[in-house]
Amino acid sequence: MTNPANTTEPQIHARGLTKRFGTFTAVDAVDFDVAPGEAFGFLGPNGAGKTSTMRMIGTVSPITAGTLTIFGLDPAHHGAKIRARLGVVPQADTLDEELSVLENLLIYGRYFDLAWAESRRRAKELLEFVQLTERSNDKVEPLSGGMKRRLVIARSLMNEPSLLLLDEPTTGLDPQARHLVWDRLYRLKQRGVTLCLTTHYMDEAEQLCDRLVVMDKARIVAVGSPRQLIDEYVTREVLELRFRRAEDETDDSAHMDGKLEGLADRIEQLPDRVLVYTADGEAVAATAYERGLRPASVLVRRSTLEDVFLRLTGRSLVE
Amino acid sequence: MAVIGVRLSRPVEFATRKSIRVLEHDLLVFRRGWFNYLLNGLTQPFMYLVAMGIGLGLYVNKNGGTPGGVPYLNYIAPALMVTQAMLAGAFEAAWPIMAKINWTKTYHAALNTPLGAQDLLAGDLMWIAFRAALLSMLFTTVIVALGAASSPLIVLAVPVAVLTALSFAAPIMAFTATQEGDNGFNVLFRFGITPIFLFSGTFYPVEKLPLFMQPVAWLTPTYHGVAVARSLSLGQVDPFGTAVHLTFLAAVTLAGFAAARVTFRRRLVL
Repeated sequence: MTNPANTTEPQIHARGLTKRFGTFTAVDAVDFDVAPGEAFGFLGPNGAGKTSTMRMIGTVSPITAGTLTIFGLDPAHHGAKIRARLGVVPQADTLDEELSVLENLLIYGRYFDLAWAESRRRAKELLEFVQLTERSNDKVEPLSGGMKRRLVIARSLMNEPSLLLLDEPTTGLDPQARHLVWDRLYRLKQRGVTLCLTTHYMDEAEQLCDRLVVMDKARIVAVGSPRQLIDEYVTREVLELRFRRAEDETDDSAHMDGKLEGLADRIEQLPDRVLVYTADGEAVAATAYERGLRPASVLVRRSTLEDVFLRLTGRSLVE
Repeated sequence: MAVIGVRLSRPVEFATRKSIRVLEHDLLVFRRGWFNYLLNGLTQPFMYLVAMGIGLGLYVNKNGGTPGGVPYLNYIAPALMVTQAMLAGAFEAAWPIMAKINWTKTYHAALNTPLGAQDLLAGDLMWIAFRAALLSMLFTTVIVALGAASSPLIVLAVPVAVLTALSFAAPIMAFTATQEGDNGFNVLFRFGITPIFLFSGTFYPVEKLPLFMQPVAWLTPTYHGVAVARSLSLGQVDPFGTAVHLTFLAAVTLAGFAAARVTFRRRLVL
């Protein structure tokens, strides 16, 4: 059992957590802990095992092997008790199109055994929080993608959860809608709600997560804060060079002709450009120019999680 | 003793409370369309009974009539009530449940709350029972208004119709949870539900069917539901036969419920 006074005990604790569907291994012996008040992210390409992990934490998918506790409780025996304290934003909206915006929240509150009056009070407050008050009595179907997402977030908060699970909370939203969702999640975090989210947006992970794991092919391949991961797996800056390529040239090696030799930590040749990983992009660009390198365009930028991600999970497309 | 009693009853009590939440959901949806539903529930039986009971009945009554010589209207009225409940039960267990599992996926949203798969099953079965009860009460009202009931026992035919509806709804819900789309329903209704509606003693006694078809009719819940409802409405109740019929209906319902518990779990908890 959990001791409520012990606030440092992890909200989620997983060791050797494994999920298999028949012979297919979706999650392969992963270890992680999520501390109270933390924003924790699962980053990875499609099919990496993020959603399967989230479903096990949400107690709607039994674990195959390993250990998993949520609030110190075993999901196999205390599923309903865990879910009572959990907020879930699933990947698909799963809203009830036969009910109004307000009714969607009302009945969800009832599922958590709230009295009608209390459910109504929270529903109205949350519609205010996600800026949907004017749409209260509208049907769900005509709402925009961003509005539906906000409604799902409001729904997940009906039971005032201490831990919120978000599976790709902003996938498919336009930039305005994404920023609004981020803003609301940030406010929840400030209130002390633990966030656990999956995403394949690097900027989302950098914006929201204190700590994250990178998953690839059912395993965790890296763990740390966004800054730590960038420091560990890539350089501080990236110099991007583009060349005007002749018809018969298949890559840019002829242009470079060893002129970058010894200047960079790592050089990556892409079909349309060359990436030079270095601590000081400007300096490398200047030196390369002195050595006679004449690229068509030069861009120096800070490394991002995207560089980490591509370094760790590769550039081939996952279908 | 009291302490033990509380301990034993609590999980059971909470389980029902959770499934009642699911029923509340369905009632919330129903709040929007109840007037049309009730209006339909009155006009449909009226048209059927006038067209078939009175219209067609003129010819039937002239040409030898029904077994026992009861007016054709009185003969088919309770049977039509049962088959209407049965059709509603079968329909509600198919498309709307598929929507909740696979189309709008609202079951999956509910499963993120303390509710479990068995609560969804029990709650939606209660909802189907509620709808069948509502339709059957309206049907009874029309039957009585047209003077088509020979006995006040017709009132007891309402729960019989509800049980018949459940004997279809429970196994069909079990089936629905194994399906990916609604193709299977078209086959089920074309080759299962419609023939059962027509050939289970609804419009004429099963004894008039070809010999080889009679045992098939006995195996349908509709045959048993119709037999009991008719005997109540005509005031010709055979206690032993009634007990056998009701046992059959209850057995099919319970078997369907047990199967649905398994298929719901398999489908919703991966």
